[in-house]
Formats: sequence, structure tokens, C-alpha cells
Amino acid sequence: MTTTLYTSDHEWLAIDGDVATVGITDYAQSQLGDVVFVELPKVGRSLKKAEAAAVVESVKAASDVYAPVTGEVLEVNDALIAEPALVNSDAQSKAWFFKIRIGDKSELGGLMDEAAYKAHTA
Amino acid sequence: MLARDDQDSLKKTPLHGLHVSLGGKMVPFAGYDMPVQYPAGVLKEHLHTRSSAGLFDVSHMGQIALRPKSGKVEDAARALERLVPQDIVAIAPGRQRYAQFTNENGGILDDLMVANFGDHLFLVVNAACKDADEAHLRANLADDCVIDSLSDRALIALQGPKAESVLAKLCAEAPTMKFMDAGPHKVAGLACFVSRSGYTGEDGFEISVPAADAQRLAKTLLENPDVMPIGLGARDSLRLEAGLCLYGHDIDTETTPVEAALEWSVQKSRRTGGARAGGFPGAEKILAHFDNGASRRRVGLLALGRAPVREGALLFANSEGGEAIGKVTSGGFGPSLNAPVAMGYVPTSHSALGTNLFAEVRGQRLPLTVAAMPFVKNTYKR
Repeated sequence: MTTTLYTSDHEWLAIDGDVATVGITDYAQSQLGDVVFVELPKVGRSLKKAEAAAVVESVKAASDVYAPVTGEVLEVNDALIAEPALVNSDAQSKAWFFKIRIGDKSELGGLMDEAAYKAHTA
Repeated sequence: MLARDDQDSLKKTPLHGLHVSLGGKMVPFAGYDMPVQYPAGVLKEHLHTRSSAGLFDVSHMGQIALRPKSGKVEDAARALERLVPQDIVAIAPGRQRYAQFTNENGGILDDLMVANFGDHLFLVVNAACKDADEAHLRANLADDCVIDSLSDRALIALQGPKAESVLAKLCAEAPTMKFMDAGPHKVAGLACFVSRSGYTGEDGFEISVPAADAQRLAKTLLENPDVMPIGLGARDSLRLEAGLCLYGHDIDTETTPVEAALEWSVQKSRRTGGARAGGFPGAEKILAHFDNGASRRRVGLLALGRAPVREGALLFANSEGGEAIGKVTSGGFGPSLNAPVAMGYVPTSHSALGTNLFAEVRGQRLPLTVAAMPFVKNTYKR
């Protein structure tokens, strides 16, 4: 059973057990515009919650993607390196950025569900 | 986000309503509420301009008529030469030239276009500088010229390989014009000033139209399936690929025309030994740069990797250690090249084509090469 939560910085996390798959929301990609470059964290890196973990660059500007929870990077989506535009076409599925082992489940408490995120971006 | 008060204080061009109706994403720019992109997005808008025709609203820019009190346009030209290092006297009627207002230190106050309309000069200046430019003109040229700010006109740029065929349907003279020809022409029956110029590296036109007729003309142009509306985002990536300076970024009051690699814009008549050498603000320093070289220079930069190198990135001679030797002044992704492009200032000793440099991006030094500009070959109809 997967639960999807959202941060106020427009990351989504699909949580499956103690692993979260992280990406940026469809709302975020629509604000960024055409994505032309993505920089991903190294597998094995330990991230602290709210630490800059990845970078997404549109034609216009560079934006950080923050770690939504503390934990270790287990896997990154190399498809984004080859095809950054996936972020525009499929932000909340194929264009996931990295998978992280959730170090402290209590950190999930501060995140939003879909209804709360919709209200946040309305 | 801007506070409501700030949004309300933004000025609107005569095409504002059209931008909103076309789905333009509006942002504050030089005091105006302007479209940064339309629903197609920056990439598509950029590539459409390179392959077909793009319509840009550049009405925020300043349009100024310099009317000689004597009635002789040459007197207005001689007067303007007191403020710019260009040969204005030699601009033939119906022709236009790129120029810069300079300051006493040889820096650039603004860059502008100057056209000779036969009985007066027509100037187009940057939006953010237009009030200061007008005051500068009044303070220095009022004895010789009437300075007439044409604030009741809009300015539309039509750029790209199909710009000529599109405009030819509305303006009989368009196909006969060459790059930098300029003059009063009827477009769709409206009293316009048309120049064959722009700032994208593409062939194209700029059309000054009375504000009251601007929406009608823009809509008529957009009815042509070859034309797409283009926002500020693609305007910036197009001019960057064309290697053209953006005022306040690549040139400013701290850069001389020689440092900015704009020597081509200063004619021999105004340089040392020329018929009307000097006589403009900062001439001593600018002519010394012409005669002896400047210690730094604007260069084009191509990144070897995929990461865009943006404005403000520091430049280094080596992959590690050492002090920064320069800075990127414009940079981003070039959609036509499908690669990052940038320009910046480096010591002249490091400005030769092919020089390897490094830009610091997020703590890493990314390799770049000094490259020839324009990055994309221009297609002006000379």
C-alpha cells in the first residue's frame, strides 16, 4: 500500500514501507516551465530533512529539490539525466528523482496529504 | 509574490489585454507587467521563432524622436554625436544603426538604435533606462533638438525566417527592405515606422504603431498561422544564442564598448585619427582602449557538460585553486543548440577562442571553452 504525501516546497513522496520515492509535483513543473537539466544525489548519500538533494533547471532558472525526510539515498532515476523533459510530461510518476530509506518516520507527520496540498497551491 | 500594491503599480503596454487573453504568464519586468511565456512554453516559442515567425511585444522600450530645431537632420546627428561614440552623421536617410550612450568614465549608460527618418532621428532605448535617457538628452541636446518622447506608440517585433513573407501581406515595402533599413511605412493601412532589425539574430522587423491600433495590428499578424506570440523567456534565450548584450547584465556603467567587444559598433570616423574623433563622454578612456587594448573582454562561453551556467557564476583558469578571474554575465540553456551557452568577462589574456576555463556552479568547477559568437549563425538580409 503506497501513500503519497507532499511538502510545502512542492516535492511528492510515495511511501512504501520504509522507502520513499521522491519527485517534484505537477504544480511545481508547471511553474518551472521547460526542464532542461537535472542533477541527482549520489546513491548512498545521507540526507538530512530539508537539505538540498537535487537540482532541477528550467530554461529560466535553477531550483533545489529538498530531501523531504532524513535518510539514505537508495536509488536515483538515471532516465532524467538523459531526458530532463520527463519532469514536464510525467512529473508524478516516471519523473521520480530518487528513492530514500526513511530514517525517522515521525518526520512524515509534518507533511501534507493530497487535499491539503491542493489547498496549499490553490 | 508581489504585494497587490506592487502589482497595481506596474505599467501595462497597449497589448496587455491581448497577452492575458492569449494565456501569457505575466511577470514584472522593468516596471511593466509583461508575458514571460505563453502556454506553448519557452522552448517551443524559441524554436518557432528560429523556424517560422515570432511576435514580441517590446512596447515597454522607449521611443524618442530627436527633431532638429534648424530643420536639418544633420544638426540632430551632430548633436547626438556629443553623447555616443558612433558616427551618427553618416547614417543615411532610411537607415538605422546600433549605438551606446556613454558616461565620463567610458562606461555604457544604455544601448540604443538610431534611425534617420529624413527630417529627424528616431531612437529606441531600453525600458529600464528610458526616463534617464530622456533626461540625459534634454540636459545635453535641448539647445539643438526638440526631444519628443513617443509614449503613445507601441512596438512590435516580428522575428524569424517567415517574418518577411508574413509582413509582405500587410506592408508592400517589407520585402524590399534590407537589414537596418528603417522608415515610415503603412502596415495594414496603419501609419507605422518599420525597421528591418530585431534582437534575436533572425531576420525580422520592428514595427512602431500608434498605441490605439496596436492590438488590431498584433491580432492581424497572429491570424497568420506562421506567427506565434513569444514571451520574454524566449526573447532572452534567442538574444543570448545570438551573442547580443543585455543592458544591465552584459553591459553597464562599468563596461566600456571595447571591453564589451562592441568595437564593430564604433566607426573609424570617431576613433583616434578619424574625421570626428572623440567628443563623446568618456572618449579619453574608450579611445585608449581602442589604441592600447583593454585588460578584460566579454567572451562567449560553451559549457562542455549539460548543466546551464548562469549569470553570476565565477570563472576560474584552473579546475581547482586560484582566485576567480572573471564572471558570467548572461547564461542559460540554448534551445537551438540544445546545450548550455553563456557570456562573461575574462582577462584579455584568457579571451582567445578555445581557451579552457572553469565556472563554479554549486561548488563544482565545470569546464567551458571560450567560443565564437554568435552561437547560432544570424540570418540578417544584408
